[in-house]
Amino acid sequence: MRYVLRKVALFIITLWAAVTLNFVLPRLMPGSPVDAALGKLASAGVPITNAERSAIEVQLGEPHASPFIQYWDYLKNITTLRFGTSYSFPTQTVAQTIGKALPWTLVLVGVTTIVAFVIGTLLGVYAGWHRGRAADTSITVGATFFGAFPPFWLGLLLLYLAAFKYGWFPIKGGFSAGSTPNWSPSFLSDAFQHSVLPAVTLGITTLSGWVFGMRNNMINTLGEDYVTFAEANGLRTRTIALLYAARNALLPNVTAFGLILGGVVGGSVLVEGVFSYPGVGGLLFTAVSNHDYPLMQALFLAFTLSMLVAIFVVDLFYVRLDPRVRSAS
Amino acid sequence: MTILTAVPPPEAPGTAAPVPTGTAQAIPGPLRFIGRALRTLWSNGKARTGIIVLGLIIVVAIFAPLLAPHSPSATSFTPYKGPSGTNLLGTTGNGQDVFSQLIYGSRISLIVGVLAGAAATFVAVTLGLITGYRPGVVDEVLGFITNLVLVIPGIPLMIILAAYLQGRSVWTIVLVVAFTSWATGARVIRSQTSTLRTREFVTSAVFSGERLLRVVFREILPNMTSLVAASFFAAATAAVLAEASLEFLGLGNPATVSWGTILYAAQQQNALLTGQWAMVLAPGLAIVLLMVSFTLINFGVDALSNPRLREK
Repeated sequence: MRYVLRKVALFIITLWAAVTLNFVLPRLMPGSPVDAALGKLASAGVPITNAERSAIEVQLGEPHASPFIQYWDYLKNITTLRFGTSYSFPTQTVAQTIGKALPWTLVLVGVTTIVAFVIGTLLGVYAGWHRGRAADTSITVGATFFGAFPPFWLGLLLLYLAAFKYGWFPIKGGFSAGSTPNWSPSFLSDAFQHSVLPAVTLGITTLSGWVFGMRNNMINTLGEDYVTFAEANGLRTRTIALLYAARNALLPNVTAFGLILGGVVGGSVLVEGVFSYPGVGGLLFTAVSNHDYPLMQALFLAFTLSMLVAIFVVDLFYVRLDPRVRSAS
Repeated sequence: MTILTAVPPPEAPGTAAPVPTGTAQAIPGPLRFIGRALRTLWSNGKARTGIIVLGLIIVVAIFAPLLAPHSPSATSFTPYKGPSGTNLLGTTGNGQDVFSQLIYGSRISLIVGVLAGAAATFVAVTLGLITGYRPGVVDEVLGFITNLVLVIPGIPLMIILAAYLQGRSVWTIVLVVAFTSWATGARVIRSQTSTLRTREFVTSAVFSGERLLRVVFREILPNMTSLVAASFFAAATAAVLAEASLEFLGLGNPATVSWGTILYAAQQQNALLTGQWAMVLAPGLAIVLLMVSFTLINFGVDALSNPRLREK
């Protein structure tokens, strides 16, 4: 229980720190993001009401208010999801824009991460168990090579070959133009086809993290006495590899989850941008090319919050995996 | 100071490196040490491949003016051309030779990788040593900041910083990358420092009246050379990727010639759809090669610090 409470406290403090960082950053930056944002809005033909101006000022910096009042206003706006209007999507609020995009990314990144975790961990177990042999060398060299692929570059290549040249998959977007998102089987299969290339790109470029982590943990675990003891007892190799070594080697890989997830989330920004995917990564791509500060700031918060929640869930899950944590609490 | 009675932990793998125990050694000590480290790296097949590839890229970067057939910035060719005899990788929309740009581009990627890697490692080592050696309030606060930076998604943070800064120079990118990629290294070095802190040779140095800085830098740091090297290569790899990503997004200076800006230009002119595949393929492969060489060297460094990972 103490472990869980500690994690909850840590979650809240980290969330607060991230929210505060988000407050400080635009205020530290040279130039005036507020003027830039208002200028962009005006040039997009959006009428700037006083409420609009103040919403943006609260996010990016009020010129005349004291820092404490600014911070208080900012926290109030965050909790009520008022992030102002973005220049890129002037007809809806920033919260609505992000709300529409978030499920796409959650499903894409979530499914890809789980699949990559399973495949990468199994490959790592296999490589570690057969260390020094041809299988180990080809897995390590392959993972090194693919792990170094810039995600956006692999995305461009796949887009060219599998979508443009051979037409196996649709070229861009998350669903066919003209259809509206719904739960019908035809739409779901359409969305699935659109998600294959971005998912493969993300999966290939993030696999290596799991492979190396697991391989090195395996090799360390295989040096332990209990593995030698299991071998001396004449247990089957598969039993030793999976039930003795891999089970223990898995723990550090679960702890590394947060780090690797950060890479997936980062990669998703560029990959979604390349494929014009309707998720938050694609939104950040748009926001950056338009210098759309209110949208950028809210997106950064959404990214951080999603990461924190994911890591928190993994931490709770870890209690089930590691009895030492349970008995300590 | 009850530490003396504590049972010293078993020999950590890190002690594979020679430990100058206490007494100051003659000057060639560090040089001999570097030589020995390089020899151990060279004996590792993967690291050897990495060193050779990295060496080749460095040679290309240094002798770029001799190797490049044309000027990287001169707009003297027919724009939007595919690969041909004169322009091995085709031309950009402004009529520049992509092959020459690729050769010159190695300079920026190398400089950003090495500088950002070094800066991130400097922060990581400093914070890691402080927090690992001095538990207490400072450790708690800095440790919390480290964990915070670890969970904040790096690429989005970099993108946002670069978008706000609008400096549009390579230095902005170096700063942004260094600012966001020190945390992993700091955590590793912190935990190693805190295990070394209670070891007998450190305790005896403290009791013989050595100054704090001397204990930390002469007694503890040399035992972590491989960890420092590992975090340098990891940060440098991340920096090369981050630089390319930021430039691909258009957050770099489009006037500088680098692998990232070639890809940005290619994306802007839809190079793949107009048949200029070489303009996309080549700079990406170059980035992959550089990152792979760093990673391969790091395999060797890992093996230095962890004998179990050594090739048999």
